[in-house]
Amino acid sequence: MNIIEIESGFQEKIDKDIRIEPRDWMPDNYRQTLIRQISQHAHSEIVGMLPEGNWITRAPSLRRKVALLAKVQDEAGHGLYLYSACETLGIDRDELVEQLHSGKAKYSSIFNYPTLTWADMGAIGWLVDGAAILNQIPLCRCSYGPYARAMVRICKEESFHQRQGYEIMDTLCKGTPAQKAMAQDALNRWWWPSLMMFGPKDEESTHTAQSQKWGIKRFTNDELRQKMVDMCAPQADHLGITIPDLDLKWNEERGHYDFGEINWDEFWAVVKGHGPCNKQRLEARIKAWEEGAWVREAATAYAAKKENQMMSKAKAV
Amino acid sequence: MKTWPLYEVFIRSKAGLSHKHAGSLHAADPQMAIENARDVYCRRGEGNSIWVVLSSEITASNPAESEELFDPAEDKVYRHPTFYHVPEGVKHL
Repeated sequence: MNIIEIESGFQEKIDKDIRIEPRDWMPDNYRQTLIRQISQHAHSEIVGMLPEGNWITRAPSLRRKVALLAKVQDEAGHGLYLYSACETLGIDRDELVEQLHSGKAKYSSIFNYPTLTWADMGAIGWLVDGAAILNQIPLCRCSYGPYARAMVRICKEESFHQRQGYEIMDTLCKGTPAQKAMAQDALNRWWWPSLMMFGPKDEESTHTAQSQKWGIKRFTNDELRQKMVDMCAPQADHLGITIPDLDLKWNEERGHYDFGEINWDEFWAVVKGHGPCNKQRLEARIKAWEEGAWVREAATAYAAKKENQMMSKAKAV
Repeated sequence: MKTWPLYEVFIRSKAGLSHKHAGSLHAADPQMAIENARDVYCRRGEGNSIWVVLSSEITASNPAESEELFDPAEDKVYRHPTFYHVPEGVKHL
């Protein structure tokens, strides 16, 4: 078989919805695209712990605190499932971490915004996790087996994240005027960055067409963004707070909400590293990695010592 | 420093079922792999038993050769009960 036959055989498998597994032949670009996407996703889970970690010690009740702790722990877990899935493509963990720290690999820009009040925990769960779920559900059917399997686990766990966020918003909105104002303020700050999570407009998205052909992506950025708006508008109505978009209105003819234009200058600025917290987030990750070095070394030394003990015991017998 | 080795994790969801592959993780030694597997793969009561094995210890069949490997089973329809004719009216067959 020549390379053209092999490639068309690969595309045939994808078209028949047969999953690709780690040791199967795959085009180099398919591999590189997945490494980029899965690692970016893993890094997002890991960096995503930082904005919420900021509020664990200041959660307003024990119920909220255990929920937030569990959510942040899930995010660590999700990062680990995804790093493992990524490693099946032939890149090792240290290299992935190095790419995050050097800025070569990206993570979701949403985590470069600060969490200023407790209501931000509500808005993040409701909007950011809501957007993540819309992005992730189609990935459960992604053509690459290990990624799809990781996404199934993640989606199952993620639905609690969204609900706990909405519950926080609902509680604040039923509280004092000051509490409701806090919820409104959080919605004002998180709405547009949440819509940006779906990426650039379809006509500017460089990877969409190829990723759709390869069965990595099932919906376009704009399709998912529309779903997000359609999902959130009635939820905001229920809370009795207002989405900060004067152009937002139901379009009977389309059967969808119309909505305003994203500030794309802000979008690209944050992607390029000029968001409010880009520097702080990366510094926190690098610090955690460097200050954890002694733990990794100690565990390695302990493992070696135990192995030596076993060897010398075996010799004595 | 050398990276911690990769372990494959298998979890039994309840007694009576076999262990099933859940995923993989890095750990310094097998005991640590089990402890981490508890936190990474069993946060919601997914299991009551964990196996871990070094990924490098697994021998796998080669997907490029799977046609030759599995082909002999393809045309042996007589290994399935539906191959055989059951006379009408005969029960418990």
